[in-house]
Amino acid sequence: MIENIGKLQQYFEYPFVRYAFAVGILIALCSSLLGVTLVLKRFSFIGDGLSHVAFGAMSLAATLPVIVKETVITFSRSNALSPQMENLVNHLAQMNNMILVLPVTLLCAILLLRTGQNTKIKGDAAVAMISVGALAIGYLLMNRYPSGSNISGDVCSTLFGSTSILTLKPADVRMCVYMSVVVILTYILFYNKIFSVTFDENFMRATGVKAGAYNLLVAVITAVIIVLAMNLVGSLLISALIIFPALAAMRLFKSFRGVIICSAVISVICAAFGIISSVLFSTPVGSTIVVSDLAVFLLFSLISGVAGKRKA
Amino acid sequence: MAVQMQCKNASLGYEGAIVAEKLDFTISKGDYLCILGENGSGKSTLIKAILGLKPQISGEIAWCGDVRKNEVGYLPQQTVVQKDFPASVREIVRSGCLAKCGFRPFYNKQEKELAENTMKQLEIDALAKRCYRELSGGQQQRVLLARALCATRKMLLLDEPVTGLDPKAQIELYELIAKLNREGITIIMVSHDVAAAVKYASHILHIGSHRQLFFGKTSDYVQSRTGKMFLETEAADND
Repeated sequence: MIENIGKLQQYFEYPFVRYAFAVGILIALCSSLLGVTLVLKRFSFIGDGLSHVAFGAMSLAATLPVIVKETVITFSRSNALSPQMENLVNHLAQMNNMILVLPVTLLCAILLLRTGQNTKIKGDAAVAMISVGALAIGYLLMNRYPSGSNISGDVCSTLFGSTSILTLKPADVRMCVYMSVVVILTYILFYNKIFSVTFDENFMRATGVKAGAYNLLVAVITAVIIVLAMNLVGSLLISALIIFPALAAMRLFKSFRGVIICSAVISVICAAFGIISSVLFSTPVGSTIVVSDLAVFLLFSLISGVAGKRKA
Repeated sequence: MAVQMQCKNASLGYEGAIVAEKLDFTISKGDYLCILGENGSGKSTLIKAILGLKPQISGEIAWCGDVRKNEVGYLPQQTVVQKDFPASVREIVRSGCLAKCGFRPFYNKQEKELAENTMKQLEIDALAKRCYRELSGGQQQRVLLARALCATRKMLLLDEPVTGLDPKAQIELYELIAKLNREGITIIMVSHDVAAAVKYASHILHIGSHRQLFFGKTSDYVQSRTGKMFLETEAADND
């Protein structure tokens, strides 16, 4: 035990471990706040769908320089690029992926959350369609235009998060902190409206409140969180970060505020625990966090089951 | 009595397909209007039009006197989402004040007081901290009624409020609504239950497939051909 604590202290000397810790906790906090609303609105799978979209967009961003280069070479029928083109390709390669990933994900989030109303393809089908479509396109691009030598490694780390959280630059951390603060502030300021839009949209509309605008707000925040969380747990495991704390909290708490606070606490504790144990036992960060979320959910289900039986 | 809403020759429907047309009726302050009609007769489209969620295709729905558009308290049918929603009674009742907030992020003192008083009025103040999903059907309807009363005290629109309640809870809810009506709140109720409609309502609007069959005082409805027919078939069903 003492040995482990010493090891931890030693690790926390490194700035990248501290960055990962801070970013991880902020993301866990944000995703658990929105999770309650998404689960209650029967949108649990939107996290999954959007994260696949983000995966597709990220693959596009990563392969864009290669695609541009190959296309230009094919059309110009020469083997070298002109200096301007060379410049453009380099510029694309250095561009922050977020510039492409965030708008694409935002757009899809808005499209998906709007499908609740009269559309030809219903909610769940639309989520499934966009999600697998983006996944396929992403993998296709990565395979056809490899930007590095290790394709399966790249794909795997985008899907499961892996090490990218430990390689964050100060600029990434700053961006993540700003975005999380915006998300949390928005959530607190619009708390009552978000409650109402979750509980009963029609009533809200009937009394003249613009429910559509608040739905849009929820969609936008969700997309931002998912793009942020991609770094932490990867696109396959984001859903877990969104739904597990909410589901666990809903087992025990009876008021909306109680559920929100409890789910935020669970999520932060699990994220901290997951990051620390992944450092100590060198397990993958994302899956360790998700497994500890799962454990808390099972524990809470057990408690609520026992409490329910005692009452009956 | 002061007229609150007038519906003149209104046609309702979706994207060109007309569900109900030539609707003509008036609601005055203190009325208890019951809207009757079979499934698919356009009742829910009419509700959306009254609430201003879906504009009418033609004709006019005019608000007059002290009621404006979007000032109707609404008791919707319960959705699947609400049945197991983790929220306390107080949180739900307070959410009725939301329209009064505008861009202000939190409820102020008066709004919180309004919520407390409304809960007392409907005798659910003891349940304030209870979880909505653990309440009985009748209690849940009272909570939603309290929320609607927080939004407005002028006019209430109830969409089949007694569906799924046991007979005792149905009678209690009908009596509660009648009491609110006596206190001066205009009631519009959509219902299947002709017997209760005839017993409690002051006016009846009966829509058949695509058109209006009857609008007028309840006493006239009982004497009318439509009313007699409908009451007889209902009675036969109940035998």
